[in-house]
Amino acid sequence: MSGSSDKEPIVSIRDVHKYFGDLQVLKGVSFEVMKGEVVCIIGPSGSGKSTLIRCINALNDIQSGSIEVCGIDLTDPKLDRLALRKRVGMVFQQYNLFPHKTAMENIMMAPILVLKEKEDEVRQRARALMKRVRLEGKEDAYPGELSGGQQQRVAIARSLAMSPDVMLFDEVTAALDPETVKEVLVTIKELAQDGMTCILVTHEMGFAREVADHIYFTDNGIIVEHGPPATFFTDAKDPRTKEFLSQIL
Amino acid sequence: MDLLADFFRQIAEDHPRWNFIWMYEPVQQGKVLSGIWMTIELSIACLALSMVIGVVGAFAQGSRNLILRSLVQGYIQFFRNTPPYVQLLFFYFALGQFTPTYSPDGWLEVPIISNVGWAIISLSFFAGAFNIEIFRAGIEAVPESTREASESLGFSRKQTYRYVVLPLALRVSLPALNNNLVNLVKTTTQAFGIAVPELLYQSVTIWNDYPSALYPTMLLVFVVYVILVGVLVMSMSHWERSMRIPGYGV
Ligand SMILES: Nc1ncnc2c1ncn2[C@@H]1O[C@H](COP(=O)(O)OP(=O)(O)O)[C@@H](O)[C@H]1O
Ligand SMILES: [Mg+2]
Repeated sequence: MSGSSDKEPIVSIRDVHKYFGDLQVLKGVSFEVMKGEVVCIIGPSGSGKSTLIRCINALNDIQSGSIEVCGIDLTDPKLDRLALRKRVGMVFQQYNLFPHKTAMENIMMAPILVLKEKEDEVRQRARALMKRVRLEGKEDAYPGELSGGQQQRVAIARSLAMSPDVMLFDEVTAALDPETVKEVLVTIKELAQDGMTCILVTHEMGFAREVADHIYFTDNGIIVEHGPPATFFTDAKDPRTKEFLSQIL
Repeated sequence: MDLLADFFRQIAEDHPRWNFIWMYEPVQQGKVLSGIWMTIELSIACLALSMVIGVVGAFAQGSRNLILRSLVQGYIQFFRNTPPYVQLLFFYFALGQFTPTYSPDGWLEVPIISNVGWAIISLSFFAGAFNIEIFRAGIEAVPESTREASESLGFSRKQTYRYVVLPLALRVSLPALNNNLVNLVKTTTQAFGIAVPELLYQSVTIWNDYPSALYPTMLLVFVVYVILVGVLVMSMSHWERSMRIPGYGV
């Protein structure tokens, strides 16, 4: 990648408003994520973090504002969701693996069915991915036979198999035992170091401090404060940020 | 074989109410066998068609198209809330009048849908209405989050249904489906009402001609259905076992 392409935004969110019925969940959110950047979104429960991240791959629609991902305008009424989802991977808190498919099948399904790739090639790639998330030997295990941390790593591999340009992570370690949190965080960290653009909702402050290029703090549907981790954790100015950090750190 | 025929001929002579006529009389035997075969054909055709209706209907019920959804809902209400026997008569006598005919020899006018055809259609629509509801309950048991995962991987709605939702829903639906299909096999006897030559129809003609064969023939009908339903139940539980997922609840 040339130096200039590092500076081009891959996700731009401008003044996004989102309602669920009468409930306004996002009240004018704007930010940009550059190619290869790792961005962490933190904030109290119910502040709209999941809603925001789900808007980025059109799982939620928005009422006003604009979102552009990899040059695709998400507010376009003729939005090609398939094209968008080839570029954006998503990992969920509850893993959401397909329980009737083995780990390998979970990883291989989308490349075969959606990208129409050859099964042999996909199998090779899936094996490499299983290795990358350190799950060699678990290829034929069903999700129900795997621990939470292992399932979450299969879920990450499943998203990576689509070769996305951006990865979204919504509190992917929140449902895990403390011991297994680390193995998943290591996987994500390696991914980030390899240059994948990552947007993470997380409560793992140590991880955010170490890996993030930029941290956003949301409360009640707005971005209250943001900055690089070096200053964010030490120089928070807004009382809401301070209170949140004092509770969580 | 002759020994067996002689044995039952003897029983009929000694006990006039126990004339197992189809054990020694070839014509009656032929009726019984063709009746059993017709019952099996009817059952298999109705099982298959009603399952297709269930799968397609449950998919249509999840559609964003309001008209399509209402059509499916109307269909379910009609077939679930009216007696299957009346449905059968309606299909055959009312709708049957409007079906085009063809003429194989220039004289006869044969409707393109025979009474067997109408029986299959009517019974399948009846059981299919229940299958839709059964599959829908299974589909609702599939977590929204699983569907979202497949959507965010770029699966279309059809692909999500076929590869993710349906296989999971089916596992949840199997016990209820089992019940409905057992009922369907038993309901095929109603085809008797439009002269479909299935087992009951053949049996009635036998005992009308030979009142002495009444008890044995009724017994035969019971035994055949016990075996047919038994085979169905066994294959369903085999299917259920083969779909069991290691480490998964259902
Ligand atoms: N599908 C939905 N329908 C209605 N309200 C929702 C829905 N999803 C989320 N909400 C509401 O939106 C608000 C923000 O939720 P969420 O984005 O999940 O917050 P967070 O992830 O920060 O905890 C909450 O009040 C939640 O109840
Ligand atoms: Mg959330």
